[in-house]
Amino acid sequence: MSRNENLLEVDGLRTVFDTSEGVVRAVDGVDVTVRRGECLGVVGESGSGKSVTFSSVMGLVRSPGRIESGAIRFEGQDLTRLSTREMRAIRGRDISMTMQDALTALNPALTVGEQLSEMLDAHDDDLPARGAARRRAIRDKSVEMLRLVGIPSPDSRLGQYPHEFSGGMRQRIMIAIALAPGPKLLIADEPTTALDVTIQAQVLELISDIRARLGMSVVLITHDLGVVAEHCDRVMVMYAGQVVEEGSTVDVISNPQHPYTRGLLGSIPRLSLRGKPIRPIQGQVPNLVGLPPQCRFYSRCPERTDACLQSVEMRSVGPDRRARCIALTQEEVA
Amino acid sequence: MTSPAKPLLSVENLSKVYQGRQTLANRLAGVRPFSVKAVNDVSFEVRRGEVLGLIGESGCGKSTLGRAVLRLHEPTAGRVEFDGEDVTALSAGALKDMRRRMQIVFQDPYASLNPRSTVADIVGLPLRLHGLAKTTQEVRETVARILERVGLNAAHLDRYPHQFSGGQRQRIGIARALISHPEFIVCDEPVSALDVSIQAQIIQLLLELKDEMGLTYLFISHDISVIGYLSDRVAVMYLGEIVEMGPTDDVLARPRHPYTQSLMSAVPDVDAPGKHQRVRLAGELPSPLDPPTGCKFHTRCPLAIDVCRREAPISEQVAPGHQAACHRLSEDLSVRETVAGVQAR
Repeated sequence: MSRNENLLEVDGLRTVFDTSEGVVRAVDGVDVTVRRGECLGVVGESGSGKSVTFSSVMGLVRSPGRIESGAIRFEGQDLTRLSTREMRAIRGRDISMTMQDALTALNPALTVGEQLSEMLDAHDDDLPARGAARRRAIRDKSVEMLRLVGIPSPDSRLGQYPHEFSGGMRQRIMIAIALAPGPKLLIADEPTTALDVTIQAQVLELISDIRARLGMSVVLITHDLGVVAEHCDRVMVMYAGQVVEEGSTVDVISNPQHPYTRGLLGSIPRLSLRGKPIRPIQGQVPNLVGLPPQCRFYSRCPERTDACLQSVEMRSVGPDRRARCIALTQEEVA
Repeated sequence: MTSPAKPLLSVENLSKVYQGRQTLANRLAGVRPFSVKAVNDVSFEVRRGEVLGLIGESGCGKSTLGRAVLRLHEPTAGRVEFDGEDVTALSAGALKDMRRRMQIVFQDPYASLNPRSTVADIVGLPLRLHGLAKTTQEVRETVARILERVGLNAAHLDRYPHQFSGGQRQRIGIARALISHPEFIVCDEPVSALDVSIQAQIIQLLLELKDEMGLTYLFISHDISVIGYLSDRVAVMYLGEIVEMGPTDDVLARPRHPYTQSLMSAVPDVDAPGKHQRVRLAGELPSPLDPPTGCKFHTRCPLAIDVCRREAPISEQVAPGHQAACHRLSEDLSVRETVAGVQAR
């Protein structure tokens, strides 16, 4: 594979939080690859480290959190070595992120138009340099962005405040702001978790449409495997700060290799399972302070053996397919 | 379905209207205070031992309906009969006794437990209120037994809610609802706030308890997969009204109301991604302050015709025990095919 195909490469990322109870290893040795034009799904339950991983990519981890080690390469450039100023130029312009809760992510004191203009003013290089021409161009582009995300009569709504929009509309506005400078990578953190299904379907299709039209890459962070199945090319399953399985969406869902992925799939209630017992994963996610080096899923795994008490690395289990389980035999990589 | 036995719960023409206060300024300006029909003329029955699933999007009135049934919100009109007794006519004292038999599990396991009370106090309160246990020792023993049953244990008795995870808190809420040995429970989105693996544990627990204790559930959820998995019958709500109701297999396999059809097609499916033609519902739920005339769904309905804008449809039987309210039922249209047809053109 040519190196150029990968837009984002994260290697051995460790992000920790220093707390009074000890060091919380929220992200513990995570590797991520995002290829150009693809949609990568990141699945995991609360506390799996999926949001922290991508906040680290965005350079948004603040004290008491810190990136302990690891490299984050975007188009070959290591983001962890950049100054605040250099990072600010990349954040928003090249990589954008939308947050789960649009109401708290948007500024309640500024109109939607002001928030869009701010992003365009900071990052859009195609605008006229200054003066009335620049202001007009920013306004036109703002209207265009709202129209792109399907907000009716965008012209008149630019002057409204976030609270005047519904939840689905706010999520669209956040997507519009994130997309305004034309980023190469959009990180969407649980974009539809707070939304009703009919609105969820609208927002996800919007993201897919725009991705196809603008040719950007998307990272879709979600806890819903159904959403991944419908919208993502590849998927990465996270558990307790580590990646436990990754591969093409079809492969992972039809042939899960890690017991946690199997448990997750088995936990989803479905019409087709009516009358049959669902098999929930027992127990709960371990405390991330002072974890022993054993497999993190050990305490909940129905297939555990004594061999699982040692640390487990990700192993290749097929073309483009990796999983972190000692029971799997490493496939010889040709 | 034919069931000669009387239903455990029977709700007739229940309505709940929230009325804004009339202020002097508004009266002088001639502005009427707002009024929202959160639940509008809803009727249904729940048989003993059955799970009736109530599904709909936020703001459709499903939680209000669940609470109005228990008189946690006082209904504006209509009648609720529980085991032959008119709940809506009960005095405060009689209602308290009735509440021993009708309980609720709330959605938010963080907001529904008093942060300053211990688990023993929270779960034991119904025992004290209803005089079901005499001594503190007796309360603690009974609470410990029910905690054991919901997957916690006696060691948790003196802890506070913040010391538990979301799933454990929901177990505490369930223990509180069950300790007075009720017959009927309103489950108001009990798993919506939980992670997938924990959600499955709680669903499993609720189903086991139902069988063991002979419970009847009104199960409120916005999640079709959950409702489809555990309910015997399902009622679909839109803007305060039940638009379709019937046996779960029948309603979900062959939804007749265009809203139910759209809802079904919007759910992402792990098993068959992209297999079905998506029905894209235009727009969002209209404001309940100013609901559309005629059929309330007509502003978003791909099948809407003139009559839908003028007249509200009347619910009719479409299959045994299966009813729907739509003007175009007789034409047997599928929203999916209609939309596909329009797109192909």
